[in-house]
Amino acid sequence: MLVVLCAVFGTTSPGFATSANIANILTQSTILLLLALPMTVIIMTEGLDLSIGAVLTFASIVLAITVVTTGSPMLAFLAALAVGLCFGLGNGVLIAAFDIPPFITTLGTLGIAQGLSLVVTDGQSVVGIPRSIENIYSGTAAGIPLPIIIAALAYSVTHALLYHTRFGTYVFALGGNREALKVAGISVRGMLIRVYVFGGLMAGFAALLMTARLNSAHPTAGIGMEFDAIASIAVGGTSFERGNGWLLGTLLGVIAVGVLRNGLNLLAVPSSAQVACIGALVIIALFIDGLRAER
Amino acid sequence: MNTATAKVVRSRLALSRDVMQAFYRLLAVVLLCAMLATLSDVFLTANNILNVLRQTALLFLMASGLTLVILTAGLDLSVGANVGLSACLAASVIKVTGSASLGMATGIGCGAMIGLANGVLVTALRIPSFIATYGMMWMLTGVTYYYMAGETIHGFPPAFRQLGSGYLLGVPMPVYVMVLFLLIGALFAQRTIWGQQIYAIGANPVAARLSGVPVERRLVLVYTVSGAMAGLASLIILARINSAQGDIGEELTLPAIAAILVGGTSLFGGFGTVAGTLIGALFLTLVLNGMNLLQINSSWQPLVTGLIILLAVWIDTRTRRIGE
Repeated sequence: MLVVLCAVFGTTSPGFATSANIANILTQSTILLLLALPMTVIIMTEGLDLSIGAVLTFASIVLAITVVTTGSPMLAFLAALAVGLCFGLGNGVLIAAFDIPPFITTLGTLGIAQGLSLVVTDGQSVVGIPRSIENIYSGTAAGIPLPIIIAALAYSVTHALLYHTRFGTYVFALGGNREALKVAGISVRGMLIRVYVFGGLMAGFAALLMTARLNSAHPTAGIGMEFDAIASIAVGGTSFERGNGWLLGTLLGVIAVGVLRNGLNLLAVPSSAQVACIGALVIIALFIDGLRAER
Repeated sequence: MNTATAKVVRSRLALSRDVMQAFYRLLAVVLLCAMLATLSDVFLTANNILNVLRQTALLFLMASGLTLVILTAGLDLSVGANVGLSACLAASVIKVTGSASLGMATGIGCGAMIGLANGVLVTALRIPSFIATYGMMWMLTGVTYYYMAGETIHGFPPAFRQLGSGYLLGVPMPVYVMVLFLLIGALFAQRTIWGQQIYAIGANPVAARLSGVPVERRLVLVYTVSGAMAGLASLIILARINSAQGDIGEELTLPAIAAILVGGTSLFGGFGTVAGTLIGALFLTLVLNGMNLLQINSSWQPLVTGLIILLAVWIDTRTRRIGE
């Protein structure tokens, strides 16, 4: 699918296949990747986190307000992580301890995070972000853009967590065979809480990148990001029902969504139509997934 | 205990639970009214009461079709976006042709087609309903924004506007529509075979299939009805505010889901009533109206709606656990 997309845009748009544009796509995809990685883990536990885009937004606002008032980027970053941690913990506890289905829990917390963002900012942008934060998005180390390095680190950590630790093994079991996990004496609740906390923390990290990229924080900036993340995962071949995930697939899916958005941008397709295209992409991907499942 | 006896026992339990639930919920509504009446002197004015009723009618119309979907243990997250697209298309048709009835047919037809598409995604393609309708929601939002390109369509014929802002015997028109669909919905769900089959699918899809319920066809039906009701609601909004914009339905999905859950319909399917949804819609409208009257910034509304959803589902899970 990724190859098809690249081929289509490569031929229809002359600006697509330039190295500058490709670097651009990769850098822009990093924020999405930071959300899609934990979302993959969450979906593997047969869960879902619809609140992740709204949490990202709220964390970004808290980060911006903290850095503007205190002047300390470190404190601001910690504040963003704390917001992510609180929402992740809240989601996890509601889902695991109160047995509320994930999609409705996170739909509720989506409303809460979105509401808080609006209440705190009164609908206005938070501006005046210092250069030190901005540099995190635009800076380079050894010629490689910093966001790419952060994304690569995040990918490696998630990969290691999922495939080389006991945590990862339990995540696979949570989706595939929850009973076995219970019988083995593992706390399913504790595991679920940890999975959602991971999602919240990654949203906190992503908030740093997003604030740096936009050089401001806006109460609607991250709305719908969860949809791009879900789209990437669906395209990447992780199943929504049977709990088998493929992290590398998510990486490819993120790039595919990035390519699609970028290509449509170059073809001057308005962003509203882009959303419709991604919606169609999700449904096609799920359809293919459904066909595979029947076989 | 054989299955027949179990069924009888369960229906007895369900009845008493039904009555108690309705009682508690009405009590909550009455308490809320009392509270608002003491806190605000505007609340009990005829104008505000009519306004609350009109808002309730709108929320109920959206939520009534969605109630059927949730009774089958499904979910339709696209209702708000559906309202948006249906309203904009209907507005265009009314503007271009000048015919209100053609516009109304367009609105309801568009809503029903979207619902049908959801039904096909959920049944034929076997995509989990919340994911399918979530994708649909974004697709519709995109299409609506693309179609409207930031424009507003306004100024409709007075005859059409009667539907949203007119009165008959001092009662707003939408309230009549609400009562009509409350009766239709309640009769359909409780007194027809199709309605009972919908409950059966929600309670246990495998058992329903084995006892000969055409599960796929009923599912397509409930999603189509939900879509058509969203289309109808879009017409009433259009007639009331007299203009259509791309974001017209955006903030309606969460309150509609909240109204259903507050109304006692279980998210896990098979339990709940359309009448309960009316109580829930009234409750939600009172909360949002009260916040307006007390001059609380509207930014708080998604937050409060989110909290209400979480609380209602939590109560639902608890009662279920006690029931088991």
